[in-house]
Amino acid sequence: MSHLTNIEAFLLLSVLKVAVVLVITLMAVAYTVLLERKLLGRIQNRWGPSRVGPFGLLQPLVDGAKLFLKEDMMPLAVERPLFILAPILALGCALVSIAVVPFGAVTRVHGVDLFQISNVNIGLLVILGITSIGVYGITLSGWSSNNKYSLLGSLRSTAQVISYELALGLSLVGVVLRAQSLNLRVIVDSQSAHGMLSWNFFGGLQFVGFFIYLMAAYAETNRAPFDLPEAETELVAGYNTEYSSMKFAMFFMSEYANMITVSCLATLLFFGGASSPFGHLIPALGGAIVQAILPVFWFVAKVFGFLFLYIWVRATLPRFRYDQLMGFGWKFLLPLAMANIIATSFILAMRG
Amino acid sequence: MQLALFIIFGALALGGALNLLYQRHPIHSALSLVVVMMSLAVLYWSLGAEFLAAAQVIVYSGAIMVLFVFVIMLLNAGEEHRTNGSRAAYAVGIPGAAAIFCLLSFVFLSERSALMTSNIGGDLSNAADNIADVSAMLFTRQLLPFEVTSILILVAILGAVVLARKEQ
Repeated sequence: MSHLTNIEAFLLLSVLKVAVVLVITLMAVAYTVLLERKLLGRIQNRWGPSRVGPFGLLQPLVDGAKLFLKEDMMPLAVERPLFILAPILALGCALVSIAVVPFGAVTRVHGVDLFQISNVNIGLLVILGITSIGVYGITLSGWSSNNKYSLLGSLRSTAQVISYELALGLSLVGVVLRAQSLNLRVIVDSQSAHGMLSWNFFGGLQFVGFFIYLMAAYAETNRAPFDLPEAETELVAGYNTEYSSMKFAMFFMSEYANMITVSCLATLLFFGGASSPFGHLIPALGGAIVQAILPVFWFVAKVFGFLFLYIWVRATLPRFRYDQLMGFGWKFLLPLAMANIIATSFILAMRG
Repeated sequence: MQLALFIIFGALALGGALNLLYQRHPIHSALSLVVVMMSLAVLYWSLGAEFLAAAQVIVYSGAIMVLFVFVIMLLNAGEEHRTNGSRAAYAVGIPGAAAIFCLLSFVFLSERSALMTSNIGGDLSNAADNIADVSAMLFTRQLLPFEVTSILILVAILGAVVLARKEQ
């Protein structure tokens, strides 16, 4: 690559990076669905998908082919442009936010960081902003479907997401106070001094913030036990009742992509991102390539742990009632998040 | 780079604003307003005001406009009828628009020397991190206006609570 100019190398590597990350994210989305079905099956004492390929490993590909080939039905009374726009918006916002996530240690080739698509000063705010735009996908899908169940589902979802966004944002302030930056790379670096002991969850005493974040994030992604927008016993299927074929698949993929983003963010903010839990206790084995890939392995392992937790919670907990949901968000999580901010800033001020 | 961003998103903002006025359905108008706010956020970012851009997206397009759309959906508002416009709008609106235009051009022309030297678009390279400066300014020299604004918002919240509880 030595004959390329800097600009050419930058463009080539950036396009390559975006393509690789996009493909890996989409594959991860597909296989998270399989993971969920397998785990739910095991937890409920049955097999889960097991027929397509060894251990059912080809199931996501077959599912994708099925959804592609299905007839794309469009009801007559829908609000046409918005009906089509809604799933695109939902999936687009879900996939874009992965762009600011640093998933490995800084590894520069020709001045381009290999393991992060773009390093932005306000990376954390970018993710929060994209999440808040993603609400439009669900809101518009319910309204444009011209169906009362869809509308009720999307109204529930919008109210829930707006309410829990406050607690979510406030729970992250403690982390930002400790790192003194909104740059995700800086936040990760602030936790990499002594391995596990300097992670925000253990050493930073941000476990209250972490649990608030976790609960608010489950509500943000409309997952159990906060999956009221698609409560099938009350609302048929919620906001995506009228959608079929690939449009339905886009909503489905956006839900799982959001799960992955939320898990990435939890890893970055509270569990040290791509840093090893053992710090510098393990000697640097292998060559430069192994040392570059090892942080990515830690990152993926932590994200996998959070996805596992998501599925475990779904299999274990029953759904909230709607007034319980709102009361929990506004009367419990929000004051607790504020108390966490005050306590954290007090301790930081005491230490100097 | 900065010029290209300005042309693209300035045009998008203007187009969104015009579409907001010409659409008859409230939800289409609200969505055009979202487009305007997002383009403004990009313009802020290209000027180096990152925090302002993020706040614009999170607060305005992510929270306030979602509430607007929410209320429109909840009330199931239908299409509006075209009218010829009120006489008051003509009597006040045209002089008002002219006055704002004059005021803005006066400010820009009188501050021209300061604007010439400013580094427009130079912050796109992530070189400067101005969030610390913004917050230091906000909590030291601008503390009183900041707190007064917060109390104003608190009063509005209390008013909403009082209105909501009135029937009991």
